[in-house]
Amino acid sequence: MSTILVVLEVRDGSVRPVSHEVLGAARALADESGASVIALATETCAADAAHLGAAGADRVLVGAAERHSPDGAAATVARVAKENGASCVLLAATARGRDQQGRIAALLDTGFASDCVAIDAKGPVFTRPVFAGKALIKVQIHAGVAVASLRANHFAPAGRTAEAVIESCSSESGKSEVVEISAKSAGRPDVAEAARVISGGRGLGGPENWHLLEKVADAVPGMALGASRAVVDAGWRPHGEQVGQTGKTVSPELYFAVGISGAIQHLAGMSSSKVIVAINRDKEAPIFQHATYGVVGDALEILPALADELQKLGLQ
Amino acid sequence: MVRLFGPNPMNILVCVKRVPATTTRVAILDGKRLNPEGVEFVLNPYDEYAVEEALRRKEAAGTGKVTALSLGTADAQKELRQVLAMGADEAVLLAHAEAGFADAATTARQLEAEIRKRGPFDLLLFGKQAVDRDQHGVGPMVATKLGIPCITEVVNLDIADGKVTAEREVEGGRETVSATLPCAITCQKGLNEPRYANLKGIMAAKKKPLDTVQVDLSGAVVEVLEMAAPAPRPPGRIVGEGAAAVPELLRLLREEAKVL
Ligand SMILES: Cc1cc2nc3c(=O)[nH]c(=O)nc-3n(C[C@H](O)[C@H](O)[C@H](O)COP(=O)(O)OP(=O)(O)OC[C@H]3O[C@@H](n4cnc5c(N)ncnc54)[C@H](O)[C@@H]3O)c2cc1C
Repeated sequence: MSTILVVLEVRDGSVRPVSHEVLGAARALADESGASVIALATETCAADAAHLGAAGADRVLVGAAERHSPDGAAATVARVAKENGASCVLLAATARGRDQQGRIAALLDTGFASDCVAIDAKGPVFTRPVFAGKALIKVQIHAGVAVASLRANHFAPAGRTAEAVIESCSSESGKSEVVEISAKSAGRPDVAEAARVISGGRGLGGPENWHLLEKVADAVPGMALGASRAVVDAGWRPHGEQVGQTGKTVSPELYFAVGISGAIQHLAGMSSSKVIVAINRDKEAPIFQHATYGVVGDALEILPALADELQKLGLQ
Repeated sequence: MVRLFGPNPMNILVCVKRVPATTTRVAILDGKRLNPEGVEFVLNPYDEYAVEEALRRKEAAGTGKVTALSLGTADAQKELRQVLAMGADEAVLLAHAEAGFADAATTARQLEAEIRKRGPFDLLLFGKQAVDRDQHGVGPMVATKLGIPCITEVVNLDIADGKVTAEREVEGGRETVSATLPCAITCQKGLNEPRYANLKGIMAAKKKPLDTVQVDLSGAVVEVLEMAAPAPRPPGRIVGEGAAAVPELLRLLREEAKVL
């Protein structure tokens, strides 16, 4: 029986939610092809058999590394992939996953598909955006093993009743090591992973008006803040919030573009969002051609009303 | 191959790529590739940070050499001349007519082979991604093949006495990674402000060495079966004007789109 290996992402001793989407994708692939799913955490973490079994894993391997070593972790993944004859290695397309996929592919002497939005079990064939989402390609990897990272919000977590077998495994050491992680935007999800995003542009007038966006985000559970490059370049917002071709690519269920004109480089980063709401003073702004719903007017007047109405809904 | 010369990186390699400008409207040829007709090509924006970092490191060391390496079509000489004009000392083009379509693994293999021939280098610099295939893979692949550490998507870099400390953005925070030279770094916006080539640089670049080596790109493992435009978005509509439109907007988001 072939094996699909999922690389779990661990932070502060627990498995990050985005890994559950990758496990869900692996489970779906395994069910279609009769494979089994091994989930691997290269760092020590609280792995719980019931939880990860329900999320799709048949076996869970927990490594012994106290700290993440980028090259060490890739070596551990490659070793486990070889030991178990994995046909596919899947990761989340996060900062960690993007860092690891090429290393793992190099160690396994194969290629990889980055930031996939769909997988067809026959092949398997991976669908992924290129040119920042201006086109999609379908690729097949002609080697014994394929490596792929999966974009957040595109694969459903599995929901089943099963328990996984949990085993420990050794971790390879490397020549580099993560010595510190500092969380910045405590409480709010990252713009690349959130299911709902509100982004502000130059039309907000200045950083002093960002509390208006934050109020809206506070009224919607799991809503992240994003920004256009113009406001990042102006120093109003940190680069980690930039959405677009040279920022983060996002595809949430709901994306608000407030005071953003809709330049091609911004659209490249968010045009695959399910529902786009544009708020802009200029009814000719290009963003309206891509929006599901548009409201024409002054953002500084519309945002407080939006926050008020949302608060009344008491969304959980 | 790759080895440490001294306390500060002096022999620096920077890998760059010629890519379509970010303003490109993508037209597809044969259902498989970008139609290059009418497309403006530029130096990959992230590679500009890599070039700048290389130049600053050399300037700080007061000595050393910056070599630019690219796998590209013959036209990529233009981008390499630009890098020379910014201040790099020499450039090497691994030329192939189909280079624009090479996958990350094939590209990494070619770069690795050339680096083994031209090295040793103390520091390898890459852009964090090329804005065509957006794979984020070539830097870490080359480093892995060479057996040296690599730190990706770096926004802050400190090198002292052969020790490398780099900061990278991760979801919801920043990560600090340590390694030692020789090391590969992939560069993210925020690392530095790339310089523009001045007239003096452009004149000087004409006389700097630019080697062209023909390469063989056969044996790719990643096959592109199809390239297509994303599904068009269903047409949207203007809900209304000003704050008065908010209740109707929320009704639509809840009842029609069902996203709240
Ligand atoms: C190589 C390259 C890479 C790039 N990468 C990115 C990227 O990753 N992400 C990105 O976003 N951009 C990127 N850009 C920049 C992009 O081209 C645009 O310049 C940028 O997106 C514009 O930001 P903006 O919409 O906030 O500002 P503007 O274009 O200035 O638009 C402001 C909008 O706000 C509206 N407005 C003004 N006042 C109000 C008000 N009171 N209420 C409501 N609306 C108001 C205006 O009508 C206008 O539409 C890139 C550019 C290049 C060259």
